[in-house]
Amino acid sequence: MTDVNLVPLLPATQVLLTALVVLLLDLFYQEGEKGLLAWVSLLGLALCAGETLFLWGSQESAFGDAVMLDNFALFFTQIFLGAAALTILSSVHYIRQAEIHEGEFYALVLFATTGMILMAAAKDLIVFFLALETMSIAVYILTGIWRASGRSSEAAMKYFLMGAFATGFLLYGIALIYGATGSTHLNEISNYLIESPEDWPPYLIGGALLLLVGFAFKVGAVPFHFWVPDVYEGAPTPVTGFMSVAVKAAAFAAWARILMHQLAPLDSDWAFPLWVLAIITMTLGNLLAISQASVKRMLAYSSIAHAGYLLVALVVGEEWGGLPLLFYLLTYAFMAFGAFAVITALAETEQSPEDYRDFSGLGFKHPFLGMAMTLFMLSLAGFPPLAGFAGKFYVFRSAVLSGHLALAIIGVLNSLLSVIYYLRVIVAMYMEEGGAEGKSFRQAPYLYIAIGLAALGTLYLGILPARALEWSRVAFLSLD
Amino acid sequence: MTSSMMIFYLLAALLVLSSLMVVFQRNVVHCAMALVAALFLIAILFVTLQAAMVGVLQILVYAGAIMVLFLFVIMLLNPTALEPRRGLSWGFGMLVALLLAGALAALVSHNEAPADPFAATELFGAPESLAKSLFTDFVLPFEIASVLLLIAIVGAVVLAKREHN
Repeated sequence: MTDVNLVPLLPATQVLLTALVVLLLDLFYQEGEKGLLAWVSLLGLALCAGETLFLWGSQESAFGDAVMLDNFALFFTQIFLGAAALTILSSVHYIRQAEIHEGEFYALVLFATTGMILMAAAKDLIVFFLALETMSIAVYILTGIWRASGRSSEAAMKYFLMGAFATGFLLYGIALIYGATGSTHLNEISNYLIESPEDWPPYLIGGALLLLVGFAFKVGAVPFHFWVPDVYEGAPTPVTGFMSVAVKAAAFAAWARILMHQLAPLDSDWAFPLWVLAIITMTLGNLLAISQASVKRMLAYSSIAHAGYLLVALVVGEEWGGLPLLFYLLTYAFMAFGAFAVITALAETEQSPEDYRDFSGLGFKHPFLGMAMTLFMLSLAGFPPLAGFAGKFYVFRSAVLSGHLALAIIGVLNSLLSVIYYLRVIVAMYMEEGGAEGKSFRQAPYLYIAIGLAALGTLYLGILPARALEWSRVAFLSLD
Repeated sequence: MTSSMMIFYLLAALLVLSSLMVVFQRNVVHCAMALVAALFLIAILFVTLQAAMVGVLQILVYAGAIMVLFLFVIMLLNPTALEPRRGLSWGFGMLVALLLAGALAALVSHNEAPADPFAATELFGAPESLAKSLFTDFVLPFEIASVLLLIAIVGAVVLAKREHN
């Protein structure tokens, strides 16, 4: 019999219940009152955040160790909750204008968050897989939820097909690992790896590599990145922000727990492929970002490049890479979300892409948006004293300390390369005249609150990173 | 010949017949219908082998879900009657079929003494044992899968429902 302990499921259940309540209330609210659903969703997320803080430090597992509530899971749960809350805040005005169904939109954001929370807590490959699909399917739908936009539908179709392809890799990898070790449970798999070293069937390595490919797809690492620019560009912008922050964090959370920690004995087999993956992801992401004409597409490629920096932390391995990985994901959450939120403020139309010209003169027309965008761009480029600098500093420091000097040098060079395209936005905002054809910007107070919060987070983590670093350390150490 | 053997041969003959119809019918809808019949016959074969659960799943998954998908594709594409096929694809198909037949024949002829049958417990493959493990060891995945299905339903409605205005 399995032990029945529902505490580890508390955060996920809280978010799930909120989603169900939102779906039900949606039936009773008239058109025009549905803005209240955003507040219901935010209330649910806030309650869950409270529970997460209350549970901080617990180390409980349930359902035959299928889920584990440790600080690692709680740390990521906080990131997902924050990203979901900011996404909802920034989309209130957007989805009303785009005539997207409000109830379903908020409910799907919450459903996706439920899946992410379970992904970070999963200790069993079947639970992990189902949680991943829960998240992915909700995000596929969110990508295509703007039905009036052809771009949105196209992006959803591409995302769905590529996602299903990646799922195939993951599932086949899981099947091979199960075949080799006789268990889908991560603790039993790692026991097997430790107890019978060097006695592994070749298809176990194959399974682990397939898992690696599946994860690489999900985080958008080169050469599995083809879907990223099209999907990020086509999806409704608040959803793009959600994807680039929360979906990426969830994939890296599962990657860290499953491959980096539990399957650590196999790391000599994937160290080299991962090393290559990290280098080409950083380099190609940055080079392609330079040549983009659309800011949204540029940010999509920049998101690929940032996945490359995160891969550096994975190459470095458990001992040195754990803390930088978690801290980087936290800093990236604020700055990337903020950048996409500023693009959300750009009133987009079906035909015109968001190109650099749309930002001309923004710094004078909307000082707040201009300042915020400047902050996010500088942070993404890695200027001190902003969050992006702190994040990159710890990642590259861990690479140097663990002896991956080449990786650190290539990373820093890439980071310099990225300054070119991030500064282009700032140049457009402050040094170019805004033409008459410049786009108007939304007057959406909640969106501005979300941008403000992201900016505060970016500043805080850059100037006073000590507490967040301590959280990241405690969180990573709680993995058993 | 016992009665169960007679039932087996009857089912097997019908199965071969319906499978041949899948291949040789010219009308695609007739092919699909013959495939439904073949899948049902396989399900009955499972039931006669004491594997009722597998039989039920066979009908639910193959004859139900997958066939519906086939029929949708046929309806959407609305193909005319198929031309008799010759040439490369036909030759390749024949080659694969012959290889499979050869492998099957080799297997049947070598297996004079039946291998030690899998030590199946009485409840092996029965709905009871499936239900038991589904609602004890795998209750959490089961519940997550139900959430997943709910999301898929919400998604199908929100993406495909006709707008009022």
